[in-house]
Amino acid sequence: MVEWTDDERSIINGIFANLDYDEVGRKALCRCLIVYPWTQRYFGGFGNLYNAQTIMANPLIAKHGTTILHGLDRALKNMDNIKETYSELSMLHSEKLHVDPDNFRLLADCMTVVIAAKLGSAFSIDTQAAWQKFLSVVVSALGRQYH
Amino acid sequence: MSLSVKQRGVVRDFFQVISTRTEDIGADALSRLVAVYPQTKSYFSHWSSTAPGSAPVRKHGQTIMTGVVDAVSKLDNLKDGLLSLSELHAFMLRVDPVNFKLLGHCMLVCMSMYYPEEFTPKVHIAVDKFLNQLALALSDKYR
Repeated sequence: MVEWTDDERSIINGIFANLDYDEVGRKALCRCLIVYPWTQRYFGGFGNLYNAQTIMANPLIAKHGTTILHGLDRALKNMDNIKETYSELSMLHSEKLHVDPDNFRLLADCMTVVIAAKLGSAFSIDTQAAWQKFLSVVVSALGRQYH
Repeated sequence: MSLSVKQRGVVRDFFQVISTRTEDIGADALSRLVAVYPQTKSYFSHWSSTAPGSAPVRKHGQTIMTGVVDAVSKLDNLKDGLLSLSELHAFMLRVDPVNFKLLGHCMLVCMSMYYPEEFTPKVHIAVDKFLNQLALALSDKYR
């Protein structure tokens, strides 16, 4: 089981409390699709992903970015049980969506870069450590049901 | 995943923009590396302190960043340009190359923090590719 200090809980809750889900979700997913273009393979039905500009203007991608970020809410509300909380989502990504779990790590890294830009100097070393710990638990839970 | 001519220009331009703060970025990036990935402290057990933000960590972060900035000037042939550094890392330091990726990520985070407007996705992909090429050149002599 993952152990969280009070500071870590407070940091992570703090980030989510002040988060613009639409903005950060959209930016993180767009950045992932642009910086790691092979991730576009999962978005064949999402319309025009021709270049960075069209990706960033794509409303389906924007909407999906928001969906993904709200998915993190579940982990936030169940921090002591993320593995079980994501059991179904993990099976979905494995059995139905067939997403290579390494992509979760790529998206998580892009989220970190976007949050860093948003928070600037407020993204302290401790904040980054807590945030990345949280994301790594989520990424691990999402990959748990793959076989 | 080699850099196109255009992307090399993007990298050179961005490093010009950040030139006044590369020391801070380097110091901050190494501090974040040891905080976020504590296993990396294993390479620095001989220092008086491996705490994030401590003097030895910050100083060494600056040293590394100076190397990165120098590599930008050797963008067109990193393998030859980084030959002696590669030998150093291969035969003396023997840093597991997976750690180059981790430090690269921390550098990208610092660049994004310090230059949120300039660190666009276009710049991000070019710099990420450059850091990956740098890491490859650095590990060239490993085996």
